[in-house]
Amino acid sequence: MNSRHAILNRLRQAQPAARDLPAIPLFDTARLNTVDDFRAALARMGGIWREAPANGGPEALIAELFPKARSVVTAVPEVRGTRHICDVRYPQELDDVDVGVVRPAFAVAETGSIWLSEREYRMNALGYLPQHLVALLDPADIIGNLHQAYRRREFFDARYAVLMSGPSATADIEGVLIRGAQGVRSLTIVPWPKGHR
Amino acid sequence: MKKVDHVGYSKYFIADEKHLEFHDRRLWALRKARDAEVSNITEWEELRGLASAIKEHTLTHLADYLEEFECNAKANGVIVHWASDAQEHNRIVLEILQSRQAKVLVKSKSMLTEECEMRPYLEARDITVVETDLGERIQQLDKQMPSHIVVPAVHKLATDVAELFSRTIGGKPDERSIPALAERQRQATRPLFLNADAGMTGCNFAVAETGGITVCTNEGNADLSANVPSLHIASIGIEKLIPKLEHLGVFVRMLSRNALGAPITQYTSHFRSPRQGGEMHFILVDNGRSERLAMDDFWYSLKCIRCGACMNTCPVYRRSSGLSYGGVYSGPIGAIINPTFDLKKYSELPFASTMNGSCSNVCPVKINIHEQIYKWRQIVAENNELSRAKKQSMKLAGKVLASPKLYRTAVKGALIAVEGLPRAVLYNPLNLWGRQRELPEAPPQSFHDWYEQRKAKS
Repeated sequence: MNSRHAILNRLRQAQPAARDLPAIPLFDTARLNTVDDFRAALARMGGIWREAPANGGPEALIAELFPKARSVVTAVPEVRGTRHICDVRYPQELDDVDVGVVRPAFAVAETGSIWLSEREYRMNALGYLPQHLVALLDPADIIGNLHQAYRRREFFDARYAVLMSGPSATADIEGVLIRGAQGVRSLTIVPWPKGHR
Repeated sequence: MKKVDHVGYSKYFIADEKHLEFHDRRLWALRKARDAEVSNITEWEELRGLASAIKEHTLTHLADYLEEFECNAKANGVIVHWASDAQEHNRIVLEILQSRQAKVLVKSKSMLTEECEMRPYLEARDITVVETDLGERIQQLDKQMPSHIVVPAVHKLATDVAELFSRTIGGKPDERSIPALAERQRQATRPLFLNADAGMTGCNFAVAETGGITVCTNEGNADLSANVPSLHIASIGIEKLIPKLEHLGVFVRMLSRNALGAPITQYTSHFRSPRQGGEMHFILVDNGRSERLAMDDFWYSLKCIRCGACMNTCPVYRRSSGLSYGGVYSGPIGAIINPTFDLKKYSELPFASTMNGSCSNVCPVKINIHEQIYKWRQIVAENNELSRAKKQSMKLAGKVLASPKLYRTAVKGALIAVEGLPRAVLYNPLNLWGRQRELPEAPPQSFHDWYEQRKAKS
């Protein structure tokens, strides 16, 4: 008998009397004021909310925030950067990237999280190998809480999906908070509606 | 198997005042951060009830949900393996790596791979295994087990880490800057991510409905491990199953809040299908879980989501550190899980508790931890595994508690003793409780005396 059958048989023998599965409410009666709540939660998680200048838009903001950046790899039409993610063949090529630019499909106010999958990234490592990440977010794409998030269809289509809440962080040595443990050192969210130039 | 001597191991930790003081303070700070965060969620108690019910439902239908999970994962292009025990798990990982000529494996934290002792197994077979979580990497370099489920190196001070790094990955032995130490590890790990042949993650939740897994980290190291190399292996304990995607809403809302007092982990990552040109393997591991499910009193421990809150709140854990438990799992949850693997080896652990019940109160899935600790004590006693000292004091306590008269005399004596005895007697070496603790002031009157007096007055 192979292990699969052995495990399933053992479990069927061992399973205690059946218990019911409860229904899960949305807990959305206290409606979140989505933009303000998103900004507050994002700040707690160490993310930065920055408006782009009307003149120059996200491209100008990136130049202002990262004046020494030599490599800006973009996955969005609003920013030209120095290289488009479609021209990158292997994740390892992203090693020397200073700034990555993405647009999440949606965001969650409760936790200050942005949702990204391979569709938004084009190459998933774009969210982790660059030193800094900039995300253009349409404020209309912010939803309330995690119960609502986990009812979105996007999860069923994505091979990979992440709820990213601030930059990479650790407090593993004496509880001292470090931003930029292994992944990006900073995460900047720029409110910028889709198609806005 | 040698019996774990919890009290004996704790002595090493307690002997060092600086470490003990920091450890106690840091973990209590996590507990307080948890309380502050949780008090903002009005439906918290309802969420605990739901989380517990979802887990109990799943565990009582586990075989069906595993089949559903496997079916969906296969349809998504994932290769699914089943491992009855640790040896089989390790063999499967090795076979996957060897058949693809993979020599370097980068991985994120997984209690299951610790449980399987996978690292030494692979290293003996010429595979380089790199823990990429900072705390876990520190423990790997120091050849120690993680001392905490969530913060693996919490028993160490920065001075220990500086000394350790200086003789392993470089740096000054007297480095005092914690950001510099973290940066040292980042720089040392980065080339390993880039040159790795394979990446490995554990699994926090496996969703039957989607055939996907969810992994929670703060460093983003699971995302790097799984998204840079083209081969991803995930080790999954079979108790991690939940039925539907919407159930993640309940658990993800609770996990980091209860563990660290943060609304969510920085990265909550969902792996459902290999990326274009990539390869993904799920290994479903039993390793004693099906036997535990058959234990009437103890199967509830399978609900555990590994948040570590029971450790942070436990006064014994905070003052003895995780390593003193001598097993992969420490603290209150370790005291009830480890004996299911080996009762003889871990027979002392159920006694590493004051029975204050705080662990059960903070548990997000309502495991009756302290009641299980009590039940394990009974089993240990029935199996005659109690130490001599415990047997003697239990005998005496049994006599005193069985006789109201003896009991009252003892209480009166104790009140006088606490007041009148010199410190040297109260804190003598035979009184284990006197170490590292101050006795509270004795009340002027016992409850019984007060009650009698009140009755006489009325």
